[in-house]
Amino acid sequence: MLQSVSDFLVITKRQLLQMIRIPEVLIFATIQPAMFVLLFRYVFGGAIDSGVEGGYVQLLMPGIFVQTVAFTLAATAVGLAADMQKGLIDRFRSLPISRSAVVIGRTVGDTLQNVVTLIVMGLVGFLVGWRPSSGPVKIVLGFLFLLAFGYSMSWIGVLIGLSVREERVAQNLVFMTVFPLTFLSNAFAPTTGMPKALQYFAEWNPVSTMVAACRELFGTENIFGATANSWPSQNPILMSLIYMVLLVAIFAPISVRKYVRVSK
Amino acid sequence: MKSIIAKELVKTYDKGAVRALDGLSLEVEEGTVLGLLGPNGAGKTTTVRVLATLLTPDSGSATVAGIDVLKHPDEVRKVIGLSGQYAALDETLTGWDNLTMFGRLYHLNSAASKKRAEELLEKFSLTDAAKRPIRTYSGGMRRRLDLAASLIVKPKVLFLDEPTTGLDPRGRMEMWEVIDELVKGGVTLLLTTQYLEEADHLADSIAVIDTGKVIARGTADELKNQVGGERLEITVEVDQIATASKLVEQVSGVTPTVDSGIRKISAPVSNGSASLIQVLRLLDDAKIHPLDIGLKRPSLDDVFISLTGHVAEVVSEEEVGGKHAAKRK
Repeated sequence: MLQSVSDFLVITKRQLLQMIRIPEVLIFATIQPAMFVLLFRYVFGGAIDSGVEGGYVQLLMPGIFVQTVAFTLAATAVGLAADMQKGLIDRFRSLPISRSAVVIGRTVGDTLQNVVTLIVMGLVGFLVGWRPSSGPVKIVLGFLFLLAFGYSMSWIGVLIGLSVREERVAQNLVFMTVFPLTFLSNAFAPTTGMPKALQYFAEWNPVSTMVAACRELFGTENIFGATANSWPSQNPILMSLIYMVLLVAIFAPISVRKYVRVSK
Repeated sequence: MKSIIAKELVKTYDKGAVRALDGLSLEVEEGTVLGLLGPNGAGKTTTVRVLATLLTPDSGSATVAGIDVLKHPDEVRKVIGLSGQYAALDETLTGWDNLTMFGRLYHLNSAASKKRAEELLEKFSLTDAAKRPIRTYSGGMRRRLDLAASLIVKPKVLFLDEPTTGLDPRGRMEMWEVIDELVKGGVTLLLTTQYLEEADHLADSIAVIDTGKVIARGTADELKNQVGGERLEITVEVDQIATASKLVEQVSGVTPTVDSGIRKISAPVSNGSASLIQVLRLLDDAKIHPLDIGLKRPSLDDVFISLTGHVAEVVSEEEVGGKHAAKRK
C-alpha cells in the first residue's frame, strides 16, 4: 500500500518536473484562461446587464474557473495519449509498480497544475474587479470544489487518452466535446434565452451546477440559472458533489482497467 | 536451465482475421542471446510484448526466469528489462531525470537511484548530456539511454526489440558494442531484428520467424548449412572452362553450375578448405591458373530468403537463385 503511494508520487513528481523543465507549457496554460478573463470581462461585460452588485465580473469568474478546470480532462487525455504514442506507457507497464500508479499520478499531477492556474486566474480576476464576498472559509471551499471537479473530470480524460492513443486525436475529440458543454450552461450568459429543451439540458449540465455552486460559495447571486426550476439548479452544491462522486466512481475503475489491458 | 520458454503462443486480432502469433514456441538457455529474426509484421514485437507481460496471448504459455508470465506477471516485471523499438522516455525531462525516475519506480531509494543513474550515464558515455532534455539527444543517444533505463535493476532477462532500427551506421556500431558488453556480463538476452548481420553478430542462436511462427532455428552456421553449405567458386579463362569444370566435378561429385558470361564455375563441396586444396592441385597439374578461386558460404540473407520464401519465384529457378536475389536486394 505504502509502495503504491510512493509509485504514484514518482509519476506526479515527473509532471512537476516537466513544468520546471519546460515552463512555457505552464505559462501558456495560465495565459489562456487569464486572456479569457480579460476578453469576457471587457467584451461581454459591457453588453450583458448583469444586475448583480459588482457587475458581470462577479458572475463571470466562477464560470471561467469552472470552464478551465473542466478542461483538465483535455490536459489528462492529451498527456496520456502522448505517453501512449511514445511507448512510455508500455515501459511503465513493464515495471513492477502498482497498476493504478501511472493514472493516479497523472490525475493528481494535473490537479496540482490547476492549483497554479487557479491562483493566476484569481489574481487576474481580482485586478479586473472580482470581489468574492463570502468570507475566507467559503472562498477556500469554493477553490477546493473547483479542484475536486477538475480531478473528477481528469478521470474521463484518462479513458480518452488511453483509448485514442494519439495526441492530436485526443486534442480534437476533447475540444469538440468540452467546449459545447461549457457553453451550453449558465457559465457566461443566462440560460433563459435558450430553447426550452436546451434549458433543461443546461440546468442538468454538471458545468452549470458547478458554476452555480461556485457562485454560491463566492457569495454572488446566481441570476443566470434556475429558469427551468429544476432540482439541480435548486441544489447546485449537492448536485455537483453527486456528479463528482459519480464521475470518479464510474471512470476511475474503467480507466484503471483500460490501463491494465491497453496495448499499443 | 532455460531462462525463457514460450509454448504455442497464439494471438489474434480482428476476431481471428489476423494471426499475429500462430503457435509460436521458443526457448532461450540462461546466459545466451537469442536473435529473433523476421520481416516486418512477422510477430517479433508481439512475441516480446507477450513475454514482457504487456500483452495477454489468446492461448499458449510462457515462463521467464522460471516464472509463469500469465500467472505471476508482477514477479516477472521485477526481473526483466525491456527496451522497445522507439526510445520510450520522457522527452521533456533530462537524461538524469529519466533514470532517477525509473530508479524510483524500480523501488530503489532516492540515494540508490541517484547512484545508479550516475553509474549508467557513465557506462553509456552520456554523463556530459545528463542535464540536457532528451529531445536534444541524437537517435543513438536516445537508444543508449533507453537501454540504460532497462538495466537499472540488473535484469536477469533482457528484451531488446529492434535496438538499432533507424540508427545511422555509427549509432548502430555503438549500440552493438554496448550490447556485446552486456552479453559478456552474462545477461540472458532476447533480441529482435530485421538485420541478418545483426543477428549474426550478436546472437548465439537464431530463430527465424514469419507469419507468427518459428520457421527455423539454430546457430548462424547451422542455418547457413541448411541452405546448402559451402560452395566452391572459381573463375578461369574461357578456353579452360570445360576442363576446369570436369576437375571441379571430380571433387564435388556434382555437375557444377557454369556461368560462361563471367567465366565462373561453382559447385557445392562438403569439406571446405580440403576440397579447395584438392581442386587447386588438380588445376595446377592441368596447368590451369584460375583468375579467382574461393569458398563461398551462404550468407544469412540467403537463409532468410530461402526460408521465408519472400522471393520464392527466384529461389525455385535454380539452386543459387537465392544468393543472386540477396545481392540484388
